Amino acid sequence: MELTGIGKTYATGVEALRDVTHAFPAGKLSTLLGPSGCGKTTLLKIIGGLIPATAGEVRVKGKRVDGPGAERAFVFQDFALLPWATVLRNVAFGLELRGVPGEERLEIARKFIGEVGLAGFEASYPHQLSGGMRQRVGLARALAVDADIILMDEPFSSVDEQTRRKFQEDLLDLLRHRRKTVIFVTHSIEEAAYLSDQIVLLSARPGTVSQIIQPNVNRGSKSPDEIRRDKNYLDAVDDIWHVLKRYLG
Amino acid sequence: MRLFGKRIPIGASLLVWCAVWELAGRVGVSSIFPPLSRVVAAGMTILPTEKFHLAVEISLRSFALGMAMAICVGITLGILLARVETLGRILGTWVNVFVSAPISALVPVLMGVLGIGETTVVATVFLFAVFVIILDTEVGIRKADRSLIEMARAFGARNYQVYTKVLVWSALPEMLAGIRLAAIRGVKGVVIGQLLISIIGVGELFELYSKHFLMEEFWALVILVFAFAFLVSESIAYLERRVEYYASAR
Amino acid sequence: MANSRRAGGDRVFWLLLSFACAFALWEAAGRFRLSAAFPPFSDTVMAFLRMAADGSLAKAYLSTSQPLIIGFAICGVVGVGFGVWMGLSRTVEWLSVPVFVILQAAPMAAVVPLVTYIYGIGLTSKVLAVVVLAAPVIVMNSYKGIRNTNSSLIQMCRAFLGTRTQVVVKIILPHAAAMIFAGLRLGLAMGFIGVVIAELLITPTGIGDLITYHSSVADFPEMFAAVGSIILIAAVTIHALERLERRLFPPESRGS
Repeated sequence: MELTGIGKTYATGVEALRDVTHAFPAGKLSTLLGPSGCGKTTLLKIIGGLIPATAGEVRVKGKRVDGPGAERAFVFQDFALLPWATVLRNVAFGLELRGVPGEERLEIARKFIGEVGLAGFEASYPHQLSGGMRQRVGLARALAVDADIILMDEPFSSVDEQTRRKFQEDLLDLLRHRRKTVIFVTHSIEEAAYLSDQIVLLSARPGTVSQIIQPNVNRGSKSPDEIRRDKNYLDAVDDIWHVLKRYLG
Repeated sequence: MRLFGKRIPIGASLLVWCAVWELAGRVGVSSIFPPLSRVVAAGMTILPTEKFHLAVEISLRSFALGMAMAICVGITLGILLARVETLGRILGTWVNVFVSAPISALVPVLMGVLGIGETTVVATVFLFAVFVIILDTEVGIRKADRSLIEMARAFGARNYQVYTKVLVWSALPEMLAGIRLAAIRGVKGVVIGQLLISIIGVGELFELYSKHFLMEEFWALVILVFAFAFLVSESIAYLERRVEYYASAR
Repeated sequence: MANSRRAGGDRVFWLLLSFACAFALWEAAGRFRLSAAFPPFSDTVMAFLRMAADGSLAKAYLSTSQPLIIGFAICGVVGVGFGVWMGLSRTVEWLSVPVFVILQAAPMAAVVPLVTYIYGIGLTSKVLAVVVLAAPVIVMNSYKGIRNTNSSLIQMCRAFLGTRTQVVVKIILPHAAAMIFAGLRLGLAMGFIGVVIAELLITPTGIGDLITYHSSVADFPEMFAAVGSIILIAAVTIHALERLERRLFPPESRGS
């Protein structure tokens, strides 16, 4: 998963991104982090093929892409759940679009609903769920299509702090054995340091890669609470803050 | 819509339709569609006539009177319906019935009771317009921020001050929306009332022109009346946009 | 459960009370002879029962319902179809939106005399009167429903490899359904106005005939009964559609 010279200038003349070049390591969780308005979400949507870049190219496994593809799945900031469909149909929706036959896709959907911890809510509608649960539906939908790359756009930003912590732990748990490449947009420094194998810091607008930080938090043997006291984790939080501080004020 | 990389404003398509109309008229698609240029010319000739002035005067007067009454009665009743629960429950049903009922069926009744003349048209405008004002005012007052009312009371506002300083202002966006819909309905009321009475105002002219197959005059009048309806609704929409900032902030 | 039943009983009580108040006022106004053309409520009810019994009401509605149903069906198919097309195609949108914005605010009844002139006094004219009045709001609502679709849902559909057809069928149309339905309800209300105007203005038939005839021979109770019946029928139909709309598209399932 590589980006070369990605640039984006809107029709209004605003330059959101300039010459972004980066290779995301396969099977790792990378975070895009930067000051607000730096074009993190724009970059993620370009990677997802949802909006076209005005310069540069996106390559997945060496092949150039310029649209959405089966190897990438997206988790949206505002969840983007069909309000008129049940949790089950929402999770199965990606498969439905691909023409997977009814019973088969519902079977898969049920499995992932269980994995994200929503078993028993299959027949509920999105409006009956809390924000955190809705985002679990969004995550299950992305996992259900079995893409190698999962793109997450500030998935926890509309979720309260406590739910968010629990969700982060569950997310790491879910991804641990799957070897998915995850690209995660966030504006939370702690979240980035806690979750990521690699943090890509973007500069203020026009956004470009400013620094790469690898927290080196050894997650394998530690409990979530130990990680949050880990020296490497705390150092990473500090490092990021020192870089980002430059772009504020 | 873009053409040769340039954005063309959406209203510009009306010019296209004008051109189509002109062309259709010249080719002679149908005798009921004379070319637009001749319609405009006919409009120019009827504009200064005595008959047209009289029709406009009567129609505007009926519209203004009916609307003024509808606004006064509608806002008062709307506030009462929202604040006095018993009244809201008793009258609410009827407001809901008449807001979507075919008021045009009442015109013959009005003709019987009020006679065949301007009064009936005023009453038609009033009935077309008043119910939607009541309904929207009621909604606006009900939606008014509780905490604003409590704030006013906490700072010692008297009862009437709660109404004049908080409630009415708070419901203003909905009231204006109601008045805009009411004005659109009111124009329809003028035309329908006068068509059914058929001896006064623009309704008489519409009947006259179509009976004598004066298509140019007919379409000129249609354009004028439609333009009037559009202007009235747009100018109230302009006021609405000016208070929009706090309608969405609630 | 018990609570909701009590609330239901409560509603019926207030409904009956509001009817009772209105009818009592009507009766009093009629008895005091406010106007020779204003009969008391009781006389109107008697007239209504007479007309229901001798079949004249049924016959009138049989003929009134024809232009209404045909006109509304045409609007339902062509109007919704065109509105949807307007929402999906930028070119059609550019060409038609200004026209329909004007038509929606315009007193379309003004063209009814012209329709009569061209198509005579038959069913066609009356159907057209209904179409002309009902179509603008149906077209505009369908168009707005399509255009207001949550853009995030469309992006989601594309991200999961939805084709353009799938975006339209699985996201845009379900999302617009509530608004299209509301447009049909408003269109039907306009259709009722249209059919009444048609039957009063073009030639008296059906309910319009009952109103015109009884008013010309000064049978005011009968005339009021006829007017009351069409208002009642319109109110009940539209209220039923409103309830159906709330059942089919509860506000929380609409999204935004």
